Amino acid sequence: MPILTKEQARALLTKVLSYSKAEQCELNLSGSDSGNVRYARNSVSTSGGISTNSLVVSSAFGKRLGVATINEFDDASLEKVVRRAEELAHLAPENPEFMPFLSQQQYGPDSPTFSEATASMGAKERADAVQASLTQAKDNKLAAAGFLSNSAGFSAMMNSKGLFAYNKSTDVAFNITVRTDDGKGSGYATKGYNDFKKLNTKTDTAIACKKALSSVAAKAIEPGKYTVILEPTAVAVMLENLFFSLDARQADEGRSFMSKPGGKTKVGEQLLDERVNIYSDPWNTELPTSTWAGDGRAQNKVNWIEKGVVKNLYTSRYWAEKTGIKSIPSPDGAIMMGGAKSLEELIKGTEKGILVTRLWYIRPVDPQTLLLTGLTRDGTFYIEKGEIKFPIKNFRFNESPVIMLNNLEEMGKSERTVSAESNASYLLPPLKIKDFTFTSLSDAV
Amino acid sequence: MKRRDFIYLTGAGAAAAMLPAIPIFGHDISQERALEYVDPAAKKILSDIALNAARSKGATYTDVRVGRYLNQYVVTREDKVENIVNTESYGIGIRVIANGSWGFAATDKMDKDSIAKAAELAVSIAKENARLQSEPVQLAPQKGFGDVTWKAPIEKNAFEVPIKEKVDLLLSVNDAAIKGGADYINSILFMVNEQKYFASSEGSYIDQDIHRIWPTFFITKIDKTTGKFETRNALSAPSGKGYEYLEARPQDKIKTASGTLYKGRYDMLEDAKQAAIQVGEKMKAKSVEAGKYDLVLDPSHLGLTIHESCGHPTELDRVLGYEANFAGTSFLTLDKWQSKKFQYGSKEVNITADKTEVGSLGAVGYDDEGVKCGKWDVIKEGVLVNYQAIRDQAHIVGLDHSQGCCYADNWSSVQFQRMANISLQPGKKPLSIADQIKNVAKGIYIVGEGSFSIDQQRYNFQFGGQLFYEIKEGKIIGMLKDVAYQANTQEFWNSCVAICDESDYRLGGTFFDGKGQPSQSSAVSHGSATTRFNNVNVINTARKI
Repeated sequence: MPILTKEQARALLTKVLSYSKAEQCELNLSGSDSGNVRYARNSVSTSGGISTNSLVVSSAFGKRLGVATINEFDDASLEKVVRRAEELAHLAPENPEFMPFLSQQQYGPDSPTFSEATASMGAKERADAVQASLTQAKDNKLAAAGFLSNSAGFSAMMNSKGLFAYNKSTDVAFNITVRTDDGKGSGYATKGYNDFKKLNTKTDTAIACKKALSSVAAKAIEPGKYTVILEPTAVAVMLENLFFSLDARQADEGRSFMSKPGGKTKVGEQLLDERVNIYSDPWNTELPTSTWAGDGRAQNKVNWIEKGVVKNLYTSRYWAEKTGIKSIPSPDGAIMMGGAKSLEELIKGTEKGILVTRLWYIRPVDPQTLLLTGLTRDGTFYIEKGEIKFPIKNFRFNESPVIMLNNLEEMGKSERTVSAESNASYLLPPLKIKDFTFTSLSDAV
Repeated sequence: MKRRDFIYLTGAGAAAAMLPAIPIFGHDISQERALEYVDPAAKKILSDIALNAARSKGATYTDVRVGRYLNQYVVTREDKVENIVNTESYGIGIRVIANGSWGFAATDKMDKDSIAKAAELAVSIAKENARLQSEPVQLAPQKGFGDVTWKAPIEKNAFEVPIKEKVDLLLSVNDAAIKGGADYINSILFMVNEQKYFASSEGSYIDQDIHRIWPTFFITKIDKTTGKFETRNALSAPSGKGYEYLEARPQDKIKTASGTLYKGRYDMLEDAKQAAIQVGEKMKAKSVEAGKYDLVLDPSHLGLTIHESCGHPTELDRVLGYEANFAGTSFLTLDKWQSKKFQYGSKEVNITADKTEVGSLGAVGYDDEGVKCGKWDVIKEGVLVNYQAIRDQAHIVGLDHSQGCCYADNWSSVQFQRMANISLQPGKKPLSIADQIKNVAKGIYIVGEGSFSIDQQRYNFQFGGQLFYEIKEGKIIGMLKDVAYQANTQEFWNSCVAICDESDYRLGGTFFDGKGQPSQSSAVSHGSATTRFNNVNVINTARKI
């Protein structure tokens, strides 16, 4: 422990399953090794290394379910946790929404979610990467605050109906805010990958430095409706609120932006610009994710929005069976198809507009319209005649991603990015949006 | 547990449906095990193993936290019990200074070898990071307290109350809401017990037992012909109390023209009945006309405004730039404090920090770096007079001691600066809620928490609420909807003109204050009485898609 191979996980789970006396038993096993360095004021502020592992046992008798968890793996402890889950199942009330466990599923080939370079990272590799970032900031006489984290983990499940699933994955994430000493300029960059070799903290810090130096002495311009170019990380925090709302039960129950009067939904309707295509694909080489969901269902390529039409909603197995809709788990990542242009080319083609580096403190205002509020941050610039003319003060916005994706002007090339709100990774393009609604100014830098 | 995780497990919003499935914050355990308390003598032995191992590897300072974190949540919807779970997270976190730099490591393997190895890892991380330091860590002096204990003064341990009693309460709440006209209700009881043991190389061995409880619900009503829907959330405040919080007596209720409010204890059943009526009224409410209004803010609402615009900007780590990459910095820079005349608010505004307020979420005897906790002024008669600091920052503001604001949300998380209970002191002259409303010509009375968002230096904010009542010529004339107010923190607090007296003082707060990287959650309370702010900008949030 904590990172078991597929064969080791299968052997351990087979042994645990042999202890079961329940009508049905399902096991979920996971483990991870992670480390991080956090820095600010050009020095390390905190850092750490954490190892954890866990086994979840779910035992069922009829519609009664008991769940118990343990992180000790000697035979006596493993048998004890199985007995405990069975005792809890006998004590539990019947759950009318309980679904029998799945039999063996077809998951397709393994997804390339694991990188040895990331798994083998230690304190030295993290410190080296942070040193490259700090050197860049110090050379520019700027103050850096950043965070580098890496993790390697595995998950496996097995049940008494013959299901077995395994996946191991790695993740490395880096984000950096660089500020000028007088507090008048701030810039941000973020990157995340499965493979540490793809990360270049020096290059990313250079982007944040450039934005910090360019954003000094920002001018105030009036709030209102503007054409904006949202960089991918700003797109992520707007769109993830839309992704989170594609739940079938909420839509059917009438309490979602996807609901229509009388218990109908807007699935199949043209809700967004016809250039909007959003899907998930576990085998995408840039954003590989697990080929199975935590409840054992297969994760396949799913078109969520095709040519602006919502094609699918995710759902629990219970709700899918009750309503007769397709049973689709929520995905681990989302991909929006983009265009061919770079961010620079989008700027070049803009007569008047605002470049937004990052959005912050996004909160839902109205679930019916998916109206969100939040602010720009760490690099907001006015564009005129294809060039960045001057930095501008930050704005508060009140905007819905549904309205936003109907006001789409142009898309750039999709790239992997990390949400600064949820830390989730996505593959998204920069978007040029007309009539984006800014409602007030902020003096924050 | 993070806010989003809570939303997910409660089914309170589709917004979290892509989040990982539970269990997420510990191992499921039995009810009997949840009632055990680990012997402090055993924790002292484990701590000494870590202290000795770190010292032998070159640590010049070490602190150790042996933490046992218990959660219990009971989740229901309509007539169904969705989840009943007890969880436990038990392990050790070791923080060291070596070569002038911090290092931290944590393990849930509580044997001698694993603890010693974790201590050695913490020292090696510190030494590796030392090359990145511009100057060595400087700690404010702190004497060792020897063996001491602190227990939250609860009357009834929520973990001892039978599950059936909790399920019966929630199902009766749901039944009342549905019978009252609600279409859907999710109700939740969330209980926390932190059993924390702190030991340091300075000679402290501190054992603490902390309890929190949060009963809440989310009601939805749908107009099936139009497809419109409205929601009303519970008016409970998360609280640092035991199960007695749910046993409201007549003296715990404040009867107003708009309904019942709760002081100190909470009547969940009564609130659900009231919510079912009010959510129907919200469906019929008038959409607000944007413009300037005088706002009368109930403590059930004002708590979050205080949290965002008073609590966070006075955290010294934000002022100094430690949160620049995530939660942000602060407009309350050191020069404003040094001037001793920065007018943060009107003369009515007195804000205190208090780590000891009885019944608050943040009440402890000692913080997570072994500092005895207390109370101090942050804003006095509108002027910024102090910040909130921890040991490695105290010297920066000339303090010879820490203010005890260090906290970690788990044994596996490194401790860092978190907010104390930050509260607005009540007015000194007698003033009731009715008096406040009587004095307003054109205004809105806001009850309960809604959407909230503030910029990264805590200037510009926008807040919604649960219930909005239009005030005209001193009287409530009906309910409004689509209301949010936007303001600049300094202008807003300078527009504060009247605060109700001590008799109306109540605690609001949050279970899920997020900060830090990796992000951690902290629970904190904010006291206030009903308060009036003049001439605030209100926007209309209605949209069409």
